[in-house]
Amino acid sequence: MNTLFDKIWDAHVVQKVEDGPAQLYIDRLYCHEVTSPQAFAGLRERGLRCFRPKQIFCMPDHNTPTHDQDKPIADPVSKKQVDTLSKNAKDFGLSHYGMMEPKNGIIHVVGPERGLTLPGMTIVCGDSHTSTHGAMGAVAFGIGTSEVEMVLASQCILQAKPKSMRITIDGTLQAGVTAKDMALFLMSKMTTSGATGYFVEYAGEAIRNLSMEGRLTLCNLSIEMGARGGMIAPDETTFAYIKGKEYAPKGDAWNKALAYWETLKSDKDAIFDKEIVFQAKDIEPMITYGTNPGMGMSINQHIPTEETISKEARDSFNKALNYMGFKPGDSLLGKKIDYVFLGSCTNGRIEDFRAFTSFVKGKHKADNVIAWVVPGSWEVDKQIREEGLDVILKESGFAIRQPGCSACLAMNDDKIPEGKYAVSTSNRNFEGRQGPGARTLLASPLVAAAAAVTGVITDPRDFIK
Amino acid sequence: MPLKQKDKTMKEKFNILTATCVPLPLQNVDTDQIIPARFLKATDKKGFGDNLFRDWRYDKQGNKTSFVLNDPTYADSKVLVAGKNFGSGSSREHAAWAIAGYGFRAVISCFFADIFRNNALNNFVLPVVVSEPFLAELFETIKNNPKAIIKIDLPAQTVTNITTGNSEKFEINSYKKHCLENGLDDIDFLLSNKDKIEDWEKKHVQA
Repeated sequence: MNTLFDKIWDAHVVQKVEDGPAQLYIDRLYCHEVTSPQAFAGLRERGLRCFRPKQIFCMPDHNTPTHDQDKPIADPVSKKQVDTLSKNAKDFGLSHYGMMEPKNGIIHVVGPERGLTLPGMTIVCGDSHTSTHGAMGAVAFGIGTSEVEMVLASQCILQAKPKSMRITIDGTLQAGVTAKDMALFLMSKMTTSGATGYFVEYAGEAIRNLSMEGRLTLCNLSIEMGARGGMIAPDETTFAYIKGKEYAPKGDAWNKALAYWETLKSDKDAIFDKEIVFQAKDIEPMITYGTNPGMGMSINQHIPTEETISKEARDSFNKALNYMGFKPGDSLLGKKIDYVFLGSCTNGRIEDFRAFTSFVKGKHKADNVIAWVVPGSWEVDKQIREEGLDVILKESGFAIRQPGCSACLAMNDDKIPEGKYAVSTSNRNFEGRQGPGARTLLASPLVAAAAAVTGVITDPRDFIK
Repeated sequence: MPLKQKDKTMKEKFNILTATCVPLPLQNVDTDQIIPARFLKATDKKGFGDNLFRDWRYDKQGNKTSFVLNDPTYADSKVLVAGKNFGSGSSREHAAWAIAGYGFRAVISCFFADIFRNNALNNFVLPVVVSEPFLAELFETIKNNPKAIIKIDLPAQTVTNITTGNSEKFEINSYKKHCLENGLDDIDFLLSNKDKIEDWEKKHVQA
């Protein structure tokens, strides 16, 4: 009567500290350049080496420019951080995929696509979107830098076991509705703190029918409901995705692994601390109007009016709308936009590029829109070119940039200017997230494509009926 | 409890704190506001306090705004009091470094995001969860008297609004409480258990 989460978590408990956290064994630690330097510095101060260097993989992604990656990074502070990761990996004997190397990209895109992320694993990274890897049937969650240091030093972390929640989505998604819309819908219902303290398992027909890329998108956004992580039981879709990947088990090891992975599901009588059910037919293409990912609505809805907001939340609501330049009760359809961003660990995978390209094919980018189209990794870039999507994008007026986190958090020079509106396939619409004063509207690759070709917020279903 | 930390990792101990508070009655304050991403490029932990709430504290010319941290009334405050779901979003521990670096020793709210709560504890900043009525009353108390005092007693696990006399118990597990009271962190605890880690590895041949 165990949940999938219980099975993996419990199997990794080295010991339980009395009236305290569990000491949890970690199979994989991913490190990027932003949240790791102080952890390595801590190891040096203590005179320690990494306990299990073979289980640690490093790559820069946040500071990397999306052009001229063959040249040194122009911003000296960014360059130093990226160089520091490279040096740390070398000094401590860790795998490192540097800029321009074929295996470089956003860490949450690269992990699954290389077979580094596998079902049944515990995975951590100093990055809240580590929840992405749960899509493969792993227990994966974001941690702070002090915790990164713990894992570097001991391959373990001290962590209280979260409560369990199952979110079931029954039925079939409508045409034009994607995994991103599913996630934005969940956030709008759950709020950004509705799953705080919980580890979520997604289940139901609509989840089963998602591709691996779609599942990665959904689990990626678990943290935006406050969840510690999100996961999906591995199945044929998962196994087919993993098979043949570079770091995936091969031969006898594959058969043995598969036999184990097939046991990774919640028992029929498993009890969750919380169960929530939604219907897929109720989900429409979504867009956000505020400054947290929970402030979203169906694209044809109106922004809520003030009376519908609780008294305690009203100041935050008004502050958000003031920042966005919107009024309560506004519709966003037809609203002029300035930028479109396709990419990030949320929507920077091949399926996202296929969806975007399928929409813009035979159409052209609107003149008032600046579009940044950024693959999540060099592998995705390669797939784009193999499938000829680059040609279609070029004909439609879109230039493909080089991989990285890019405008999702604007640590490189891909910054949305102050006051400008960006329809973004990324994960956060916080104030200043995409650049000081930038106004972010989170949406799916299809909604982004529709905005890119019309120059205004558009329901993509108007074109695909 | 088998804690064997050494002096070299000692941090600032937390026992009883009596201080004034900075009120921030907004909900869902995310870590991108606490410390914007463009300030995350450092490779050490110093200086983040200067950029705490940077884009709320300063306008784009770098002039101070009317944001509460710029109000000299609150210059000596050691406690930040914030609305529901404080510290949501990014896992950046830089947010905890900024709050600690600015001089805060505790944050009071009715609800914290999970990762921020861990990060705060690992930096000896105490996240104190209070009830919504207690929080609402505290905001009211500070509004009426910006110099109102709060007392946080970690050994007793109580938080007291000295003005009204209202007091509440708060939760913290005894392991982390022991760490805070004694200035200890988790790494030496983990290192002292290496035999247990190796035993676990022997029993779990990885797929």
